Amino acid sequence: MKHFYTWISIIAVVLFSTIGDVLISKAMKSVGDVAHVWRDYGTFYTIRRVLGNARLWLGIFFMALGFFSLLFALSWADVSLVGPASASLTFLTNAIAAKFFLHENVDRRRWMAALLVACGVVLIAG
Amino acid sequence: MSLRKLITLGGVSFFAAIGDVCLSRGMKDIGAVTFGNLGVLIHAVFSPWVAIGILFLIAFFTSYLSALSFADLTYVLPATSVSYIVMALLAKFYLHEQISWIRWSGILLIALGVGFIAKGPSITVAATPQGAIPDSVPSTSTRGEA
Repeated sequence: MKHFYTWISIIAVVLFSTIGDVLISKAMKSVGDVAHVWRDYGTFYTIRRVLGNARLWLGIFFMALGFFSLLFALSWADVSLVGPASASLTFLTNAIAAKFFLHENVDRRRWMAALLVACGVVLIAG
Repeated sequence: MSLRKLITLGGVSFFAAIGDVCLSRGMKDIGAVTFGNLGVLIHAVFSPWVAIGILFLIAFFTSYLSALSFADLTYVLPATSVSYIVMALLAKFYLHEQISWIRWSGILLIALGVGFIAKGPSITVAATPQGAIPDSVPSTSTRGEA
């Protein structure tokens, strides 16, 4: 049962943070390059444009859910398992989600980068 | 990739690493938090190391948002995984932890992954600015640059 709770909560961390990252990425693409918005329209407008984006807040909400699932996972297993497992899996699920939901061109180069970093994270935490 | 974008991506990695190291340093002083003494977490926010860590993480989130405003998610995430390398090096030179050969090989794999991504374009989707940016947005002219 311990394994079940551990992996269910790790999967929850991965899913919630992926949804959060995708929503935040989508939000910032609809804002546009903030340096250009800032240059053309000023600080106040830029802040209002970023913070007024509903998708950003939804993304932050899912990030928070991911954070609480992480706390839950940590209560069932060691940080040495939960940390690298959730971080490295998130690199891979983000690549999949970015392809289908953000329509990014996830080519072989980007898959290799995601895979290498995911493996590297596992090793560095070991 | 312009200098401004490089600095933003560097900022994401750097602020994330420093923020985490500060938080970890601060929480070591606080000790273990259980469901019985959750109130300690509120106290922790006002301890110097944790407060500095939170400031760095706010800086991290701000630079993360601006990075995502000009680059793909599948570019920003591997590119900023440099933070894991920064964190390992901080652990070695600042906290004087030993780095095993397994960790060094992890650092190498992450560096390779970052190298892979750096060769390609930073953005592959057309930005779709919504709402009231009147006239043409100058940013569209620089999209697609590597």
